Amino acid sequence: MQQDRIRNFAIIAHIDHGKSTLADRILELTGAVSQREMREQLLDSMELERERGITIKAQAVRVSWKGYQLNLIDTPGHVDFTYEVSRSLQACEGALLVVDAAQGIEAQTLANAYLAIDGGLEVVPAANKIDLPQADPDGTARELGDLLGEDPARVLRLSAKTGVGVGDLLDAIVERIPPPAGDPDAPARALVFDSSYDQYRGVVAFVRVVDGTFSTREPLRAMAQGTEFDAEELGVMSPARLPIESLSAGEVGYVITGLKDVSRLRVGDTLTSRRRPAAEPLPGYKDVKPMVFAGIFPSDSDDYPELRDALERLKLNDGSLSYEPETSQALGFGFRCGFLGLLHMEIVRERLEREFDLDLLITAPNVAYRATTRTGEEVEVHNPAEMPRELEQVEEPYVKASVIVPKDFVGAVMELANERRGTFDHMEYLSEGRVLLLYELPLGEIVLDFYDQLKSRTRGYASFDYDLAGFKPGDLTRVDILVAGEQVDALSLIIHRDFAYDRGRQLVERLREEIPRQMIDVPLQAAIGSRVIARETIKARRKDVLAKCYGGDITRKRKLLEKQKKGKKRMKQVGSVEVPQEAFLAVLNLDSDRKRS
Amino acid sequence: MSGVRHLYVHLPFCAHRCGYCDFVTVVGRGGEHAAYVDALLAELEREQSVLHPDLETVFLGGGTPTFTAPRELERLLHALPAADEVTVEANPETVSPELAALIRENGVTRVSLGAQSFQPQLLEVLERRASPDDVRGAVHTLREAGFANVSLDLVYGIPGQSASDLDADLAEALALEPEHLSCYELEAKPGTRFTHAHGDELVRQAEAMEGYFEQVVDTLTAAGYRWYETANFCLDGRRDLRAKHNLGYWLGRDYLGIGIGAVSTVDGVRRRNLPSLPRYVAALARGEEPARELEQIDEDTRRRERLLLGLRLDEPVVLADVGDAVDDEALERLRTLGLVEVAANGRGDELRLTRRGRFLGGGVTAELLSA
Repeated sequence: MQQDRIRNFAIIAHIDHGKSTLADRILELTGAVSQREMREQLLDSMELERERGITIKAQAVRVSWKGYQLNLIDTPGHVDFTYEVSRSLQACEGALLVVDAAQGIEAQTLANAYLAIDGGLEVVPAANKIDLPQADPDGTARELGDLLGEDPARVLRLSAKTGVGVGDLLDAIVERIPPPAGDPDAPARALVFDSSYDQYRGVVAFVRVVDGTFSTREPLRAMAQGTEFDAEELGVMSPARLPIESLSAGEVGYVITGLKDVSRLRVGDTLTSRRRPAAEPLPGYKDVKPMVFAGIFPSDSDDYPELRDALERLKLNDGSLSYEPETSQALGFGFRCGFLGLLHMEIVRERLEREFDLDLLITAPNVAYRATTRTGEEVEVHNPAEMPRELEQVEEPYVKASVIVPKDFVGAVMELANERRGTFDHMEYLSEGRVLLLYELPLGEIVLDFYDQLKSRTRGYASFDYDLAGFKPGDLTRVDILVAGEQVDALSLIIHRDFAYDRGRQLVERLREEIPRQMIDVPLQAAIGSRVIARETIKARRKDVLAKCYGGDITRKRKLLEKQKKGKKRMKQVGSVEVPQEAFLAVLNLDSDRKRS
Repeated sequence: MSGVRHLYVHLPFCAHRCGYCDFVTVVGRGGEHAAYVDALLAELEREQSVLHPDLETVFLGGGTPTFTAPRELERLLHALPAADEVTVEANPETVSPELAALIRENGVTRVSLGAQSFQPQLLEVLERRASPDDVRGAVHTLREAGFANVSLDLVYGIPGQSASDLDADLAEALALEPEHLSCYELEAKPGTRFTHAHGDELVRQAEAMEGYFEQVVDTLTAAGYRWYETANFCLDGRRDLRAKHNLGYWLGRDYLGIGIGAVSTVDGVRRRNLPSLPRYVAALARGEEPARELEQIDEDTRRRERLLLGLRLDEPVVLADVGDAVDDEALERLRTLGLVEVAANGRGDELRLTRRGRFLGGGVTAELLSA
């Protein structure tokens, strides 16, 4: 295919704004998939994605339209995967910006739209769901026009659901988005914008060829990581895998690498041929580091090997998941896992529970801290219980957060941001009724329940997105929880000094409710170093007997006591105190009693 | 081996089934007492070989044994083997001078009276038919008939009961100077009519149960009674007034039970007669064994039971007798918490619960049992 007959584009949309439906309609209209083959949201292949109606792994599909080759590169729809989104966008010359005409622009759309604009992409705006009675296509077109500095008349109007306007949209892609520019004769270079793991064939890389041509069986090198392998198979998704002999400049396709570990081929890396290697990789590769950490423990310690195997297998197609063994005296053997963000954590947890049928205990998430000890040593801390006590300084990650709300809720958002140590940056009106607020916030203040709070305080209207903005020192302290004088590692936390007292008190109060009375008095304490900041006591039980026991009762009573003994096995022993796992969870989830909506 | 020295006989008939009751009982069927006694005697005959020639105890439980037609009760008592202790359970309203004389003349040495409470409104909640005066009258009648070993059952945690009601019940009971007292917390089984009717109040009572138990133990021990088993007290004097039949259970001895729902443990087998009265009577009339559930009690289980039963008593358990049923780590932990004591004795190390340990006996035992 001649380069000027190729169009590479992505679709940017907020969750539920109809991206997947639009992708399905495009496949149908271009004849790539017959109606019979059409499953709802064909591109979202993972069960979980289909269920949650969101896209986690980006994919790329080739379709034909009026003699043009169109490559639709699907992007992950969530803030946790911003880097992956940016790589997907880098593989395109244009992006469809799809906005629900009944909802208007959301924070996440905005963030990704800016990513596209910054990446020099031609943005084609479209108001979707115009079939809905409450749709306001004109208002949405005005918002989009303002955002992009474009004539609202150029904003396309369509209904992905009914198919109205989708043909015009394809025409607009051909007309407005420029063809790819690369040099077909230069040494071959391709951008890896996604990868997946095939049980039989290993890592499958999704690539956009920028320069030159790649052929099947060509020896390749990933330039940033230095990983070498052969192209076992090249092909395009149409939408099933279709092997072809070569991929040339401007084209999008897949490479079967035979690699057995996705972490050896990272998104953002540049592939080149070892026969005629390119001198420079494509710009922009980043080694994405996990920012949110949590301990994952099997509820039943016998399941530890299963958990280890499951994590190993998950990591095969999730290169950004990291984990290392962790031993907690309270929760036993498990792993400290690193995630890109909260959604990523939820996804991993759900996949572990669903695909591997594991019953898990997950500690409250915390962020990565950079600590400097009094002796000048610098350490990165992923687990509050490992925070050194003699500290010179602690730095915590910050984010730039953008929130879009109806103007009536501005006060509520500001109040929340202030409670969370946010620093106001600026505010602008997107339209008469909708306001964009920008804040700088510590990531540690949003990992627990910020999003839930935001949603509940704005009656669900707020949309939220964030971008990491580096580390800053903070007045942080470590709070330890002691049960009957023993420190419980899983309950240590790092918190701003201003909140330490309240949180410590909350924790011990909650623990007092959750730990059943024992055979002895159990003191509960929250402490900073050796200074106790809160104290509660669980009074000892005074009676625990089986009322009567005669000849006819013995079997039943024995079974009762044996069951009670088994029940104890599920308890975690902290010193001489038995703490039910549920108590840890209740305490760990102090902030997230409300389910994420 | 023909060595069982404890015999239990179940007499299921009752005038009325009390709401909280979960024993095997039969209401009505007045015409079947004779047939049932025939069946009991037939079963006894079949099991004769397991009994030791000299029985220590016989216990007639129910139901309401004293509700059984006097003629049949007499025929049964007469046919039962003699024993050092023969106990009959009785409801106060059934204790007439005639009945007292009848049982006294037929070898009964001990009567266990189901008093439950002395508060009319609480007796009504329990659906008991006896009045407080009936209880007092029954004790008097038994004394008149020459019984020197009378036990009273009391229940606490009754819907509507207060701590002062319990105080009054204990005082009333003590005033009758019984040789023995059994005090149980009310166990309301889920799903029963009673539980349904008193749900919320039962929750309130459950919360008060801790205090009640302490109140019972404190009051009775202060009055000179020995707290010899979790729920049982006897006058502490020259006579050993413990319930010897029940003591047999708690010491892990073998026992034979006959009648519907009755349980036996003989030579490593526990068996329970099924509760159907017509089938029981029919099987024995045909000369067949009544329908039973069997459970093998292996050595390990037996040791575990010895431990859990033995720890209910105020006398120690010989550690060598229970062997590896005890979790050594747990034992050490509980010792540090002051809940159990281990002392050397001529027979080897002995384990006993401390006073506080006895209040927590269920939890302590569950922890002590090896996994």
